[in-house]
Amino acid sequence: MTRRTRLTIFLVGAGCVAAMFVLAVLGMPEFGGSHHVYRDLAVHAAVLHRTANVVSSVNFDQRAVDTFGEETILITSVVAAAVLLRPAEGETERRIPRTGRNLAGTRLLGYVLVPVTAIVGLDLVIHGHVTPGGGFQGGIVLATGLHLLYVTGSYPALDRLRPISAFDVTDALGAATFGAVGLAGLGFAGSFLTNIMPWGTFGQLFSAGTVPVLNVAVGLEVFGGMVVLLAKFLQQDITVASKGEDGEA
Amino acid sequence: MTALIVLVLTLVAVAGTATVMADAPERQAVTLSVFGLALVMVFMVLQAPDVALSELGVGTAIVPLMVMLAIRTMRKDRRERSGSGDGDDRGDDS
Repeated sequence: MTRRTRLTIFLVGAGCVAAMFVLAVLGMPEFGGSHHVYRDLAVHAAVLHRTANVVSSVNFDQRAVDTFGEETILITSVVAAAVLLRPAEGETERRIPRTGRNLAGTRLLGYVLVPVTAIVGLDLVIHGHVTPGGGFQGGIVLATGLHLLYVTGSYPALDRLRPISAFDVTDALGAATFGAVGLAGLGFAGSFLTNIMPWGTFGQLFSAGTVPVLNVAVGLEVFGGMVVLLAKFLQQDITVASKGEDGEA
Repeated sequence: MTALIVLVLTLVAVAGTATVMADAPERQAVTLSVFGLALVMVFMVLQAPDVALSELGVGTAIVPLMVMLAIRTMRKDRRERSGSGDGDDRGDDS
């Protein structure tokens, strides 16, 4: 394909996208308007199931199947990345070099913030159906918080604190719990991921039926998945050394 | 309120442009993080704290970190293949 043909095809495609984009933007409701059909329906459905955080209700109750799909994508990509990043033939794990060149202030801040982020992450997961947050956000915060130990320069401590095999299991367990709750809905109420548990009292910890259970499941899965993913990258970077200095393709 | 929205959206535009214009990928990872922070502010101003939290975790922490680690892994791989096995392995601790 010549450069000219490529350019023509690009211009035709870009023109179509631009035209459709302009049409879509012109057809949108005005910015900051007060008429929202979806919001009214979603808030009503969330209150009906005693879910204070409407976003959680949409994610884990009204459109839980979408979230299930997303979580499946997440676990699949973590598995794929882990397969790609495993030590290849001719590579061995080596002793971790000691760096210890971080500033004292950075180290102190890291150590202080590890427990703080852990508590914030747990709170986000557990209260996801009552206040802003949820399993995904909480899991990300937990995984990021753990890696503050890497920022402090103590990779060995991080390595001890996260046995990768345990987090593999956490990841799979979270995904399996999500599926099991879905199947329970199918068995007891006739459709996948129906909110079958008692709804409880609005705004309390025990409310919203299956939403907090799914939040914890997603929290486990995201936490496990992110830790495994980052651990594989860090391993590649820090502890894997190739045997020969050159020559392998 | 409108002024605040205009301000944070301008910030997003500036940070986005800076991310695109950054020449080296490792610098791009840092500006990407700033861009993520600008988006967090937009979501907060538009009253979407759930989305802001997700963006804060993913956009400003995980993705830049992964970009950095991927770049380092690639550099190490390339260095080992070209066979210039001299020293300074831990030169750029970021």
